[in-house]
Amino acid sequence: MLELKEIYKTFNPNSPSEKKALNGVNLTLESGDFVTIIGGNGAGKSTMLNAIAGVWPIDSGHVMIDGIDVTKLPEHKRALYLGRVFQDPMNGTAADMEIEENLALAYRRGQPRGLRWGITAKERGEYKELLKTLDLGLETRLRAKVGLLSGGQRQALTLLMATLKKPKLLLLDEHTAALDPKTAAKVLQLSDRMIAEHGLTALMVTHNMKDAIAHGNRLIMMSNGRIILDIKGEEKKKLTVEDLLQKFSVASGSEFVNDRALLG
Amino acid sequence: MNVMALMKALPGSVAQGLIWGLLAVGVYITYKVLDYADLTVDGSLCTGGAVAVMMMLAGYNPYLALVGATLAGMAAGLVTGVFHVTFGIPAILSGILTQLGLYSVNMRIMGKSNQAISVDKYDLILSLRNIPHAIFVSSIFCVIAIVVLYWFFGTELGRSIRATGNNENMSRAQGINTKTMKIVGLMISNGLVGLAGAFYAQYQGNADVNMGRGAIVIGLAAVIIGGVLFGRIFRNFAMRLVGVIFGAILYFVVITVVLQLGLETTDLKLISALIVAAFLAVPYLKGQYFIKHGKKGGKANA
Repeated sequence: MLELKEIYKTFNPNSPSEKKALNGVNLTLESGDFVTIIGGNGAGKSTMLNAIAGVWPIDSGHVMIDGIDVTKLPEHKRALYLGRVFQDPMNGTAADMEIEENLALAYRRGQPRGLRWGITAKERGEYKELLKTLDLGLETRLRAKVGLLSGGQRQALTLLMATLKKPKLLLLDEHTAALDPKTAAKVLQLSDRMIAEHGLTALMVTHNMKDAIAHGNRLIMMSNGRIILDIKGEEKKKLTVEDLLQKFSVASGSEFVNDRALLG
Repeated sequence: MNVMALMKALPGSVAQGLIWGLLAVGVYITYKVLDYADLTVDGSLCTGGAVAVMMMLAGYNPYLALVGATLAGMAAGLVTGVFHVTFGIPAILSGILTQLGLYSVNMRIMGKSNQAISVDKYDLILSLRNIPHAIFVSSIFCVIAIVVLYWFFGTELGRSIRATGNNENMSRAQGINTKTMKIVGLMISNGLVGLAGAFYAQYQGNADVNMGRGAIVIGLAAVIIGGVLFGRIFRNFAMRLVGVIFGAILYFVVITVVLQLGLETTDLKLISALIVAAFLAVPYLKGQYFIKHGKKGGKANA
């Protein structure tokens, strides 16, 4: 479903602030894979997601989504294949637009946008039904500005928008990190449900080891712009935090001490 | 203050306010909808006026001249848009470059710095010779502009432009080509400004290469006055645009009053700048005050 081949990306090359963010990333996802990604700050987790989404061009390598080489496609064209939820709840929605308008924008992802009216009565009915499934009472507030919603509500709405047009790949970039623990758990649960319901292939970056273990069928760990661990199948099911710390120290050596605090 | 003279001058300010209201609606589209400070306006107003006057002098139908002026304004917006999104020039500088370049273009269009067009010889759509008629005609055009824009910004394309101004990251993630949207927004905005220039040139009976100087400030004044005074009652998009036009009318009324108080016309630019600065400062200072005193200023975001 997704294939990353030898991806390199350096920010601010040939300058004092040069940062080799991706250092030869290779990754192949099967259809239906739900992969959690962990790693310390600056390990390249979000950078990898941004490379897939096409936020900026990569230096070398290839990004293939469902057999299509999207390496040269601009961000808005790749959107056809991708559903994305960001860390900052402000990022995934248009605050000054209504809930139904945000959904209508997402509903037209990958379609040419012309002079037809931007939202139909039929859609409105569908949105109401979908919002009901979030169980946040948003179904009665279709005309409310998204800026009035809480962070958790906005993330839930962004998730709904990301999956409204079934994407080939769902990218969750620490999408619960800015939420309080209770809300974070609820949004995670919702993510699980949506991925299962639609049979989506997904990548989820998280800072929380327990979440990384509890969710998905595969776990990868990044360090210094590389994937240093890839755990799947039965091994992933039996994984514990202790195992993970142990494996991390073996795979990355001396960095363990520095990163342990962040990961634990 | 001479009250009688003021009363006599007021209808003229209303007519001017309505004409500049069209420009202000254009400024609203860039400044508020697209979140783009576009300074092209100072040049494209004159471009619209120049194209309209030259077309009418050449014997074209005045309504066709309006179309020509609108298209010329749109072309100016296109140039600014390409400077910004294709060549990566910062937003404000893109507008300044176009505005500067348009001075030469406007001189080329007119052949000299001022081209007069007499209402006696030509069939003008409006003129300051007949102010009630000018008010009537410009009101109709304001209403048409608002209706068309209300429709447009409700379409898929229009909503994508609004989303682009609101959150570019989200827009791209939803597959919106934000570069194209910015260009389209700038074209619509400057098209309206060109149209306003065509009316303004007819109103005053000439197109002048300096007619657009400071136009952006007047446009911003209208947008800001409209927002501050009517923002709480006019929530709907169309009504917000009505608020902007009211803002433009109020601006010219205030200017008229100030002139009646004995100030020179050359003082107007300073007064315009101060009005805009004051209206921009008030919401900011209010916010600062609430932060300092821990009052419920931030309640809306809770």
